[in-house]
Amino acid sequence: MTALRPFSAAALRQALMALMALLMLSLGAPLLAQQSLPPAPYANRQLDDPAQEAIAHELMATLRCLECQSQAINDSDSPMAGDMRHQVRISVASGEHPEAIRAWLMERYGDYVSYTPQVSATTWPLFVVPLLILLVAGAIFWRRFARRA
Amino acid sequence: MSGWRLWVPLLMFAGFFGVAGYQLSQPKNEFIESRMVGRELPYFDLRPATTDLPGIASAQFGDGQPRLLNIWASWCVPCIAEAPYLEQLQEQGAPIVGIAIRDRPEDVARFLERHGNPYVAVGADDLSEVQFAIGSSGVPETFVIDGQGRITHQHIGDIRETDVPVLLEKLREAGA
Amino acid sequence: MIAELGLAALWLAAALAGLQTIAGFLSVRAGTTTELGGLIRPAAVVQGVFAGLSFCALLYVFAITDLSVKLVASHSHALKPMVFKLSGAWGNHEGSMLLWVTVMALAGALIAVVERRLPDRTMQAVLAAQGFVALGFYAFLLLSSNPFERLPIPAAEGMGLNPLLQDIGLAFHPPTLYFGYVGLSIAFSFAVGALITREVTPAFARAMRPWVLGAWVFLTVGITAGSYWAYYELGWGGWWFWDPVENASLMPWLAATALLHSVSVLAARDALRVWTIMLGVVAFSMSMLGTFLVRSGILTSVHSFAVDPERGTFILLLLALYIGGALLLFALRASTISEGKRFAIASREGALVVNNVMLSAILAIVLLGTLYPLLTEAFDIRVSVGPPYFNPVGAIFVIPMLLVMAVGPLLRWREDRFARISREMIVLGAILVVALVLIAVLGDVALLPLLGLAVAAMLTVASFLPLRGRKLTRVPIATWGMVVAHFGIAVALFGMASESAFTKERLAALAPGDTTQVGQWAVTLDAIVPVAGPNWTAIEGQLSARIGDGEPISMRPQSRTFWAPPQVTAESVLATRWNGQLYAVMGESAGDGRWQVRLWWKPFVTLIWYGGLLVALGGVLAIIGRVRDDLKNRSVLRRAAERREDMRPEDMRPEDMGSEDMAYEDMRSEDMRPEESAL
Repeated sequence: MTALRPFSAAALRQALMALMALLMLSLGAPLLAQQSLPPAPYANRQLDDPAQEAIAHELMATLRCLECQSQAINDSDSPMAGDMRHQVRISVASGEHPEAIRAWLMERYGDYVSYTPQVSATTWPLFVVPLLILLVAGAIFWRRFARRA
Repeated sequence: MSGWRLWVPLLMFAGFFGVAGYQLSQPKNEFIESRMVGRELPYFDLRPATTDLPGIASAQFGDGQPRLLNIWASWCVPCIAEAPYLEQLQEQGAPIVGIAIRDRPEDVARFLERHGNPYVAVGADDLSEVQFAIGSSGVPETFVIDGQGRITHQHIGDIRETDVPVLLEKLREAGA
Repeated sequence: MIAELGLAALWLAAALAGLQTIAGFLSVRAGTTTELGGLIRPAAVVQGVFAGLSFCALLYVFAITDLSVKLVASHSHALKPMVFKLSGAWGNHEGSMLLWVTVMALAGALIAVVERRLPDRTMQAVLAAQGFVALGFYAFLLLSSNPFERLPIPAAEGMGLNPLLQDIGLAFHPPTLYFGYVGLSIAFSFAVGALITREVTPAFARAMRPWVLGAWVFLTVGITAGSYWAYYELGWGGWWFWDPVENASLMPWLAATALLHSVSVLAARDALRVWTIMLGVVAFSMSMLGTFLVRSGILTSVHSFAVDPERGTFILLLLALYIGGALLLFALRASTISEGKRFAIASREGALVVNNVMLSAILAIVLLGTLYPLLTEAFDIRVSVGPPYFNPVGAIFVIPMLLVMAVGPLLRWREDRFARISREMIVLGAILVVALVLIAVLGDVALLPLLGLAVAAMLTVASFLPLRGRKLTRVPIATWGMVVAHFGIAVALFGMASESAFTKERLAALAPGDTTQVGQWAVTLDAIVPVAGPNWTAIEGQLSARIGDGEPISMRPQSRTFWAPPQVTAESVLATRWNGQLYAVMGESAGDGRWQVRLWWKPFVTLIWYGGLLVALGGVLAIIGRVRDDLKNRSVLRRAAERREDMRPEDMRPEDMGSEDMAYEDMRSEDMRPEESAL
């Protein structure tokens, strides 16, 4: 890099940028750059009915993007998340119940796809432990205060 | 405070240590397995992804012949890596049906020209609908579909050399 | 050469940490003042100096871009601006661990120099524990993460020009958290030291408190800044995702908040001894656990850090050594420490106990939700736990805690009657109910934001009630700290609830000239222009936004394409108004001459971070107040003693009874010895 300094920095930058553009076109960059199709129609378009959009939005905030690192589909730039948003909006628009849409996805991807754990054989501790904590907290207060009152 | 309760934090920590240590020793499994394995292929009817090959519909499965269903895309880099092994599979008699995710016909054609064409048919899934329906979470993935149109096996990620005999075996089992 | 000096300094520092540990251990065991005991404080000081030198050496090799050093070659670049060259020194695993251990050593040196309140033996135990903790981190650095490793052949150019990491927020955010973690490690050393000598006294609490407060301030600032950074950087308008990395920083904060309050009880009232020790251990455990989760890559996160399972193993072993060891010591020793003074539920301590139990419960929930996916993965089941779990389950504990927080500061220490503050309680209850009814009637708001808004309104008033009927100029600074921090909680809560209840979203595909509406704002896409930066090209959307016929404001979000490494990022633009923020992001081309634009109007969203900063400011005021008190105590002993006499009747003033606060209590119960230190 230092050896190239005599050249104009701008020219160098331009050359590099052109090279980069070529690379991106031929190889496909790791992130988003590679896909040729535009996003699905309802990936980034809201439903016309605000009530339906609100339902879809609430659901999308709780569905996990499958190819991202820990993001909900409405927080993600990934094309697959866009397609899933499309799917959700279309289904909501066609009158499907949001929990039915969630169930449909969970039937395919298991608990992983939903950020809202459902009470099940695999997730019951998530609900039992808070109850236990409540009991323990109550017991602490009881021991500390009630006995002497 | 009485004796046994003072040990609770240590026990909880020991539990965490056990789980964390175990997990560290395990290779990290990033795969999200499809729950559709063992179930009927969901309904779909896809237009051809390229002019040279027919499209594909779920109704075409279940004719008694087991097949490999390869989910891929021309923009997917690991798909290039698995192309030679798909060809090997095809040469060894595996019928392979492709579904191209979010792809344009010219890109599909160029990919097949450059990296070989192991497919008997390639359908275009422009909105990843079929991908969602069969519980696939990325490209490439390969499903084994038996002669009754049931999904019997899912291979996640690109097919490596060692996966070829495994998939052939799964295909043979599906035909039995 | 400089790199070798840095490495040598690091080895020397490690050796001194070893000396400090062994000398401390032996003299504590001997139980009498030995010659070895005299070595401990100097060892801690010199250890700090060497660690500091080592870190300076690292800064130097980064500053001159010494490409024969592996770390520099793989994380820096000759063309980076100087500030990012320097911040690059800690923008990687090895460097950040060196920064961590350096700050830890400097903190150790500081307590060795200034902390003279505690009995010698306890102090030796504290410094031994501190040396022992530092030793583990030195071992980690020297054995598996040597920052000064040389390359056999110097690299031609560095690889670290990642533009995404050239961000001033990213450069200073992690160190803020490390400072917090280090502060908690000092608190941990104090806890362990006190546990060893069983000297759990108010003096011990006062020695530990500035470190807890300091750590807590850094953590508060770190989390606040991190949340804002995620908010504008990730480009989807979210500010908290309950992501494992975020939780990893939240958990030490929760523990530190609990510790902060219980250490105050211990300092003022000599109660909650065992509990304070436990929290001291837990708070540092949470920092280490967070580090482990983030660095080992054991959990999937959107803010991924350089992960490496081998490092994960090392950190896990350190965790087992320190946390397991401390908990074992706790289990063995805690039963021999008496609980301390008792108190009634209707008392300041009673309220603080509720606060502590609730904070611990929230901590347990966050811990459970964060670790649960890890647990099920051991059985090959993958689950996701996200906001729909954390928000409601957390609220079950947060809301009662906030209600208690409103009245707790009004109660007197030791024993009080709720009847005495019935007037205040009725006022606060009325505000709560009126706010609930008003908001529920006027707006269509979901349950949690509704509760949040109403509780925030009530807390805003409640946070200032401790000042009622008092001469504001005579209120101790530490009390101001509490008031400001509690007010900050109300402000942040209001921002969170408002953001959740009233955000307007507009996703639109616009051609130049098109206008769309988001909330009250009409946003027009004037033009799309290409822009080139030093290492990126971008599509810039030139937007103008206005309300009605108002003056338009110009917003220019970009979709940037970087070339090294190739990456597309959305540069969002925020227009801040007094009542909220307009948030604009450029998306992709829709393919037909139109462009995707994402717009949000977020009423009062900025209060989230202003609230966070207020909380931190409260902490700073508390530190200033405490340190000033300590200084006063030391320098004007006599007058202080006189004042103490004066203060007794003043405390009894009827109008001041309810607002009596910790600072007063402190001075009253403090035994002021000449060697009382500044911290």
